[in-house]
Amino acid sequence: MNPFSSGTRLRDMIRAIRACKTAAEERAVVRKECAAIRAAISENDQDYRHRNLAKLMFIHMLGYPTHFGQMECLKLIASAGFPEKRIGYLGLMLLLDERQEVLMLVTNSLKQDLNHSNQYIVGLALCALGNICSAEMARDLAPEVERLLHGRDPNIKKKAALCSIRIIRKVPDLAENFMGPAASLLKEKHHGVLIAGVQLCTDLCKANTDALEYLRKNCTEGLVRILKDVSNSPYAPEYDIAGITDPFLHIRVLRLMRMLGQEDADSSEYMNDILAQVATKTESNKNVGNAILYECVETIMGIEATSGLRVLAINILGRFLSNRDNNIRYVALNMLMKAITVDAQAVQRHRTTILECVKDSDASIRKRALELVFLLVNDGNVKPLAKELIDYLEVSDQEFKGDLTAKICSIVEKFSQEKLWYIDQMFKVLSLAGNYVKDDVWHALIVVISNAPDLQGYSVRSLYRALQTSYEQESLVRVAVWCIGEYGEMLVNNVGVLEVEEPMTVTESDAVDAVELALKRHSSDMTTRAMSLIALLKLSSRFTPTSERIKEIVTQHKGSVALELQQRSIEFNSIIQRHQNIKWVTDLLVVNNIARHPLKILVVESMHLLLGCWCMCRSSLVERMPVLDEAAYLGKRAGSSQPTLSAEKSSKPTTSAASLKLPNGVAKPPAAPLVDLLDLSSDDAPVLPSAPNDFLNDLLGIGLPNSSSSGAAPSTTTDLLMDLLSIGTSPAQNGPSDSNVVPSSAKAAESKPAPVTAPVMDLLDGLPSNASPPRDENLVYPTITAFESSTLKIAFSFEKQPEKPQVTLISATFTNLSSSTLTNFIFQAAVPKFVQLHLDPASSSTLPANGNGTITQSLRVTNTQHGQKPLAMRVRMAYKFNDEDKLEQGQISNFPPGL
Amino acid sequence: MINFVLLISRQGKVRLTKWYSTYSQKERTKVIRELSGVILSRGPKLCNFVEWRGYKVVYRRYASLYFCMCIDPDDNELEILEIIHHFVEILDRYFGSVCELDLIFNFHKAYYILDEILLAGELQESSKKTVARLIAAQDSLVETAKEQASSISNIIAQATK
Repeated sequence: MNPFSSGTRLRDMIRAIRACKTAAEERAVVRKECAAIRAAISENDQDYRHRNLAKLMFIHMLGYPTHFGQMECLKLIASAGFPEKRIGYLGLMLLLDERQEVLMLVTNSLKQDLNHSNQYIVGLALCALGNICSAEMARDLAPEVERLLHGRDPNIKKKAALCSIRIIRKVPDLAENFMGPAASLLKEKHHGVLIAGVQLCTDLCKANTDALEYLRKNCTEGLVRILKDVSNSPYAPEYDIAGITDPFLHIRVLRLMRMLGQEDADSSEYMNDILAQVATKTESNKNVGNAILYECVETIMGIEATSGLRVLAINILGRFLSNRDNNIRYVALNMLMKAITVDAQAVQRHRTTILECVKDSDASIRKRALELVFLLVNDGNVKPLAKELIDYLEVSDQEFKGDLTAKICSIVEKFSQEKLWYIDQMFKVLSLAGNYVKDDVWHALIVVISNAPDLQGYSVRSLYRALQTSYEQESLVRVAVWCIGEYGEMLVNNVGVLEVEEPMTVTESDAVDAVELALKRHSSDMTTRAMSLIALLKLSSRFTPTSERIKEIVTQHKGSVALELQQRSIEFNSIIQRHQNIKWVTDLLVVNNIARHPLKILVVESMHLLLGCWCMCRSSLVERMPVLDEAAYLGKRAGSSQPTLSAEKSSKPTTSAASLKLPNGVAKPPAAPLVDLLDLSSDDAPVLPSAPNDFLNDLLGIGLPNSSSSGAAPSTTTDLLMDLLSIGTSPAQNGPSDSNVVPSSAKAAESKPAPVTAPVMDLLDGLPSNASPPRDENLVYPTITAFESSTLKIAFSFEKQPEKPQVTLISATFTNLSSSTLTNFIFQAAVPKFVQLHLDPASSSTLPANGNGTITQSLRVTNTQHGQKPLAMRVRMAYKFNDEDKLEQGQISNFPPGL
Repeated sequence: MINFVLLISRQGKVRLTKWYSTYSQKERTKVIRELSGVILSRGPKLCNFVEWRGYKVVYRRYASLYFCMCIDPDDNELEILEIIHHFVEILDRYFGSVCELDLIFNFHKAYYILDEILLAGELQESSKKTVARLIAAQDSLVETAKEQASSISNIIAQATK
């Protein structure tokens, strides 16, 4: 005998492994055993093959690789004796999964065994087939299994029925073949066969509507009879569980009834009586009874049951909900979620109980209950519910706070009827769980505050107050810092005090203290610090007495290790140094404001001459931010199906069009935000034009390199704006010049007519009047069809300025070739690393059918390896077509040469 | 449908795994690690259901062993508890008050029994007696085959003496 296939028995090996004290020891034992088994395999040892495979299975269970034993399974299956086959099939099911090609080799053995004269061998083959067969095997062996369904032995029949389920799941086309045999299985008496048969019918119904119709017609009566028999059956010891005969059969029949009765009044009516009987007569003091009741309720909810029956079902759920057993309460909550579509009123009755479940100590129950509460909220009960949830937020477990906060925020946003209430609730959430509030939620809050002039004073004071107690909540600190920066004077002067407010005195230096604390606090992250710096800068012009102190604070950060903070402090420092200038310009702007429109152009022009635009931009920088476009922001928010804070509450109509023509008499959409900022003094607050990807982020000054979510396609509009606010993102986007220290105003003014070099030109990039040379100098490229599918066509036309050969302006025109309108149209593009891409907002997101209109969108592409590498681009279009979300993508490589 | 069955000991050792849906070997290890972390850390009075990756895992503890079954979200959790108990009772009858050691040393037998109770992720037999009878019949087939083999080898041994 081979010394390696040593005679350690399975039992001995398990003992040896269990005796191991360390993982290393265990590995050593396993390694030795595996070596012995490999040796035995290569010697084709027959005597111990089954023992070796058993050992391998144990080793496999411990998590060691055992692929080398796979072929042994096949050999054992192919051998003649029952013991070998038994262990072989077990190994097959354990060591292999359906994706392994080895499995195909077993098809033939399976076929032979399915035709074997020994019923137990047939049983083994059916079991293996039912547990691991792949689609190919299912196709090959389906006829054998179908034949076995007609056999006599109940053991084979039930196994064949369940095996058919797997076959249908793998190959739904085969469902038709099993319809007839499945229906005849329901006439059996043997419970095992019945259970398998009912299960097979259920799966057939799922797979195939024809089968559903067929079974509805032929089996409804039979099913009702089965349920009647089993629920009225006298004590049957073989099937009895806690006084109920075969609950498993009960449950499966009820489930199949649900499939058959769904949206079918006739068969539903047929079931009503027996369902009522089961619902009233089943004992509910044991788990088994409750399992049946649960299934029964679900069936009543699923079919076209009578209203009386539905009331019965809802009452059962109410009983479940007040049960002390956690399992029962869990399923009740689960079921109520489905019941809410059937009878919302009845579910509302249990609101208090459900709310109690949100506070349960069991995470599974809490989660279910919270989801249910979310469905229960409506305009009428939102206030008490939100209050309850927010109160609970204070004491809830840490790991539950995330879920809870998200749900509260979305409830508050979805159902708020007045801004004050919304703002109040959000402040509460921020102070209790600000660390769990998602970015888009507090962004939305800021948008709302900026659109509510009469609540700004209240907001900044409440936030200041909240800040004193909840300094550790990051999002609260951010919102507070932003508000103090914007509305600091309202805080100090108590502007717009509401009746509900308690009087409060805050000095200017208190306000600066608060922001300074946020800046210096150890746990503040970069975003918060950067926001604090901006707030300080703004305060420096508003609270003149504190200006020196602010300068000091800002100076301390000039040496910050974080590039972003360092850059901001250096820039802000030089702004504050020129504070006098700023004041002067501000005065001028005040004059300008009085002078009103006709004179304004003149004043602005003269300011150009006097100061150069740099100074002016900086000055407007410390002014209050323009009102954020609420509708656009909300529309932009991900999955914005929720009608958050209805549109009529949002800001006034866009007024930028009038102010567009102001400074240089030239209007061009991308320049609009710049113009808006320049034109801050106009009293009708200008609104930013349509929402570019990240504009709020950028406006808030949190366009940090890592938080920029716009990915490959930042929009030019945002860039421009960021340039303006000099809170540039990564240098790659804005060119190296941007990270330089801000130049003196004199130099800036001097360099105004000159191209690019100074950052000023970045500022003015969007103003075509200064920079762009006459059109006829542009190079001409042919227009190409970049992409074409059955629904969509995209044409690209190109434009290039001779002095910037790397930069190409592409205007993309989208045409809808299909016969229905495309909505929610979004175009995305990606380019290789050596190319930079700026994507402007599209002209629309709706594309009319049959080419009756187009969307245009312009792209600015900078090829850093111009002349060496050609341009390439990948595009992706997402849109809604006949209410279905579609995605198309393509690659564009037919760019004209020379781009 | 039951997607998989897991038996985990209190210490996190795997005692039995049966996969009815397709999971690669790598995924299987990950699933086991993830779930044993979740389930073993739950307190005794909590409900027996855990929501996990859009599925539900129903578990029940018997002495030092956790019996877990992962089911689809619309399956009946309470029934699965009964199926687990059904399985345990059959094991108990077969081994005569079963303990963890029985399942370790006779793991293959535990698998044979499970294969008579579940197939394709569905319940196969609701009668404990029938399962016991089927297992006994197959065990005796193995016994007779062994006896035959040893008697043949005896004959050969004697003949070659």
